[in-house]
Amino acid sequence: MTVDTRSVLLHLGLIALLIVLGLVLPTYHQGNLARILVLATYAIGFNVLFGYTGLLSLGHAMFFAAGMYGCGLAMHLGGWPVLSALGAGIIAAAVLSLIVALLALRTIGVAFMIVTLMFAQAFFLTALYLGEWTGGDEGFVIAQASRQIAGFALTDPLTRFFAALAVFSVALLITARMMHLPFGRVLIGVRENEERTRMLGYDTFRHKLLAVIISGTISGGAGAAYAVLFGYVGATFASVQYSIFPLLWVLLGGMGTTIGPLIGVAFMFYLIDYASGLTNAYLLIVGAALVLLTLFARAGIVGEIRKRWVPWLP
Amino acid sequence: MSLLLETKGLTRIYGGLRAVDGVDYTLAKGEIHALIGPNGAGKSTFVGMVSGRIPASEGEVWFEGQNITALPAHTRIRQGMAYTFQITAIYARLSLFDNVALALGRQDRTDVLGALDRVGLADRAMQTAGDLAYGHQRLLEIAMGVAQAPRLLILDEPTQGLAESEIEGFNTLIRSLAGDTTILLIEHNMQVVMALADEITVLDAGKILARGTPQDIHANADVQNAYLGTG
Repeated sequence: MTVDTRSVLLHLGLIALLIVLGLVLPTYHQGNLARILVLATYAIGFNVLFGYTGLLSLGHAMFFAAGMYGCGLAMHLGGWPVLSALGAGIIAAAVLSLIVALLALRTIGVAFMIVTLMFAQAFFLTALYLGEWTGGDEGFVIAQASRQIAGFALTDPLTRFFAALAVFSVALLITARMMHLPFGRVLIGVRENEERTRMLGYDTFRHKLLAVIISGTISGGAGAAYAVLFGYVGATFASVQYSIFPLLWVLLGGMGTTIGPLIGVAFMFYLIDYASGLTNAYLLIVGAALVLLTLFARAGIVGEIRKRWVPWLP
Repeated sequence: MSLLLETKGLTRIYGGLRAVDGVDYTLAKGEIHALIGPNGAGKSTFVGMVSGRIPASEGEVWFEGQNITALPAHTRIRQGMAYTFQITAIYARLSLFDNVALALGRQDRTDVLGALDRVGLADRAMQTAGDLAYGHQRLLEIAMGVAQAPRLLILDEPTQGLAESEIEGFNTLIRSLAGDTTILLIEHNMQVVMALADEITVLDAGKILARGTPQDIHANADVQNAYLGTG
């Protein structure tokens, strides 16, 4: 069996497993899993830039939030139907990532981290400043009646789960395929040794530019989906906290692996869920678990599995 | 014979230092040309400007009759140059296969293994490049340059760190390329230079000190003083 076939089977198998989980899990976990899948889509977007291209952005919340506001405002203020609003959110994130990429990619390393962080802060403060429309800190709720596609109510737990799974699957399959194509291999080349890659005849700036746009657009798609599926849009999602989350998820799950983002989000989600059932000081338990993982599984969960047992994992 | 490469007054200034100082240079198609000179003579800076890695302060670079001075490095590479680094610059965490596939621009198994076979590394294709011995990493770097099937192959000290037996293999490989590929070679190992080069240019303090056949250069008194010693 070739690596290609194994990789296709892995991704389709994962999606099949998620379909089964969605059907058999109780409603509580079904809802959790829907949220995990949308956040994992965000993490997949982040991973394109951080895990595969080697560029650490500390401002990805602005792309997530651009998708969220683009979609949410189109529905809330413009009364757009769900699909057009999702499109608006995705376009908003794509445009923002193009602008940010053109400016931020003039820097490298730590400067790139700081520039993206500053852009995200500016976005966050703008969202607060325009409180008349965005609802500022409090945000706004998207009317339940409008959250439906062709008669399917996205407020129904099972429908919502499958919508979330569809969004996640699209992002997963796009990135998995991309990393097999020459374009994706060049991104890995940029991560490993940008100068060498340039001196092999690749326009590394253009590749990084596209990586930021793809990464930001997937993140924005996740934000738009979040608005539609959970019916709430707020400035918290543009805050620095939401820029750090995808970094943690990807580090935990395994940077530069296709399924790592999902594993990272699920792990952290249920770690918090479980720890907060034990004690009020649940962040202490979460913190300890993160420290242990960083000490003993530095490549993240999937990264470590790949290193030790399954070298072909994409 | 027609020219593949020409530089006119090529200069690079670092602070107050003219690392390369007004070099007029020509390279004919199909030739193996060695660039020698003491450390700090400006050899790597010179080929850096030819490949576009280092921007020229003054002067022009012409490749196949076209002024390419303003073109970025990746465009020059696309036009038929390949460049191997003095300090090994392979993808240490990727497999040999992936290294060569990136150089080729495609994942064609036959082509990748063929390129590795030319330096005797085909049986190690799935190993991680960083785990190779240093000499083998040099060979991989050369394989990546050759894989691009360039018209001009620039090799910056390719035999540094190679064992005697590997140097033999390297010489054979370079001779097999000659004709189709023009080779510009920076090299300290004079045995390699004498064995391979059709012509030699000696660079000293950023300027061309002498140019000629290996015999001319060996007999040149200035070169002996500056570089070769009396051997």
